[in-house]
Amino acid sequence: MAMAPTTTPQQLTQPGRRVQAAISEPRWVRLLLTTVAIGFLAMFLFIPLVAVFVNAFSLGYRVFFGAISDPDALSAIRLTLLTASIAVPLNLVFGLAAAWTIAKFDFRAKSVLMTLIDLPFAVSPVISGLIFVLLFGAEGWLGPWLAAHDLKIIFALPGIVISTTFVTFPFVARELIPVMQAYGNEEEEAAMVLGASGWQMFFRVTLPNVKWGLLYGIIICNARAMGEYGAVSVVSGKIRGLTATMPVFVELLYNGYEFAGAFAIASLLTSLALVTLAAKRILIYRSAVDSTGHQPQTPLVEKVGNIAA
Amino acid sequence: MSIEVRNIRKTFGNFVALDEVSLKVETGELVALLGMSGSGKTTLLRIISGLELPDSGSVHFHGSEATEVSVRDRRVGFVFQHYALFRHLSVFENVAFGLRVKPRASRPAEDYIRKRVHELLQLVQLDSMANRLPSQLSGGQRQRVALARALAVEPSVLLLDEPFGALDAKVRAELRRWLRRLHDELHITSVFVTHDQEEALELADRVVVMNQGRVEQIGTPADVYHHPATPFVYQFLGNVNLFHGRVEDGHVLIEGSSVELDEAPHRNGNAKERAHVYLRPHQLELALEASGGNEFRATVVHLNSAGPKVKVELVTEWGDPVFAEIDHDRFDALKLAKGHRVYARPKEKPRVFVYQI
Repeated sequence: MAMAPTTTPQQLTQPGRRVQAAISEPRWVRLLLTTVAIGFLAMFLFIPLVAVFVNAFSLGYRVFFGAISDPDALSAIRLTLLTASIAVPLNLVFGLAAAWTIAKFDFRAKSVLMTLIDLPFAVSPVISGLIFVLLFGAEGWLGPWLAAHDLKIIFALPGIVISTTFVTFPFVARELIPVMQAYGNEEEEAAMVLGASGWQMFFRVTLPNVKWGLLYGIIICNARAMGEYGAVSVVSGKIRGLTATMPVFVELLYNGYEFAGAFAIASLLTSLALVTLAAKRILIYRSAVDSTGHQPQTPLVEKVGNIAA
Repeated sequence: MSIEVRNIRKTFGNFVALDEVSLKVETGELVALLGMSGSGKTTLLRIISGLELPDSGSVHFHGSEATEVSVRDRRVGFVFQHYALFRHLSVFENVAFGLRVKPRASRPAEDYIRKRVHELLQLVQLDSMANRLPSQLSGGQRQRVALARALAVEPSVLLLDEPFGALDAKVRAELRRWLRRLHDELHITSVFVTHDQEEALELADRVVVMNQGRVEQIGTPADVYHHPATPFVYQFLGNVNLFHGRVEDGHVLIEGSSVELDEAPHRNGNAKERAHVYLRPHQLELALEASGGNEFRATVVHLNSAGPKVKVELVTEWGDPVFAEIDHDRFDALKLAKGHRVYARPKEKPRVFVYQI
């Protein structure tokens, strides 16, 4: 049907459909591609997702709530929230500064800075963790000095925060750079000519323009910060109830054959992922509505998100 | 408030954007900076506004030096080429912006801001659009919002960068007349940048023709059109025929023929001198018979009579294309057609530029 060589009167009255038929693939190709895509998604995303929740509740909801209200579990949740609540604001400030520098100024070391921002993406998180152990550990460069001043970084909260911040610092910056570059300098210049001070310009013009991109970056950064395992597992020492974040705690439980508990905590992290995805969708929609006053075809944030991903 | 720039020089890397440019704009004047892209006109405008700093030279507002005064304190109104409206703010808030960011001590009360913004929106005939976002306006409407926003802070100087560049021809012509009327009402010292000679000649009190970072000529529109100071200005303003001539015995002869066009100005009979002779199409007269004066033969290759004048495209005996514009009466009398051979002669003295080789 899609390849119908003759044009019926009905098709003539529906130009949209005729165009569609002319440029689309044969039906069996479409079916095959769709099946492959959905099958792949089901196998690698949907089934594991369901499995996490099924396993979490496999011994009943009492066991589930027992597992997540265990003092060690609560400590892991607290630690994860605390870490994220320090790392994300730090990266927010850093990301804004870096994006501003790169998007609004021309300087020689620009490409070097861009590459450095991407470094945490390129380095395995475990290596990042090791670097901090080498720096701050008892045997590390700064180890003796830290010990002399009674400062604990490795196997303590500061180490977890530092390594999490390092691993997640590209997210906000990468999200903002293309948005800021796309907007250019003109509105800021207009604000300056009209007499705005630097802060007025930033809060009244720059920030409102990039707010959706910024929020998007924060959400992704937060999801990554809470889910970070590699670097944290190296620097934290994995002490139950003390330095175990949620992902580390899941591993500890699993290795101790406490499957229901492991999946209970895992289901919390998975829920975070789902909330993140939902928030991302909403942000993309909102930014689209905002930037044009109605719904456009390709919102800027989504394009940007695809580049960063 | 008068504006003066003295010996401004500005480079971007190896590119010289402005080379020793000096210029004075009198109070209440409307001046056009006219030139092609890359001529430095926008850079000059940005230096006057304070958005760009010159490498050397100075800017003076009303006689006092303003080179070091920050863009925030210069009190200029700047209309950007692409308007640069704040896209997240309504039309009303865009116009109110300059009043809202004033230091607390001099910030007007909310009532005054409302009144003032509505006055300005009425001035630019957009009061009904106050609550719209910039993205919901047409190009011409955005342009007027940008103008109202610039005027809100009561600037002493209004600077416009290609104010009509992004608009289609009809809207452009309307806005042009409207801006002229507005300037006549407000009498605010204004400088605008344009690459459109028609726009500059129609709108401005004086035109500054710029080329490759230098000022070629400053004068009234009639001045620069009828008495171009340099070959560049001649070619840039309006259509023109260029003849390559040589100088002989104090006369200019057109290359490849012995047609004598004019007396060479103030030069002796040096064989190494060449001349460029400029004639506008309307300065050429066509005739069927020779008159024995300064004239040359040419063949009609194309005719266009759709317009106030008949445009005739000719080819000279030595192969150069020449354009002439003649009245319809004359055209009818001559009964011109493609392939006819005619005599062409200048109605008035052509402009000659002599140069050494």
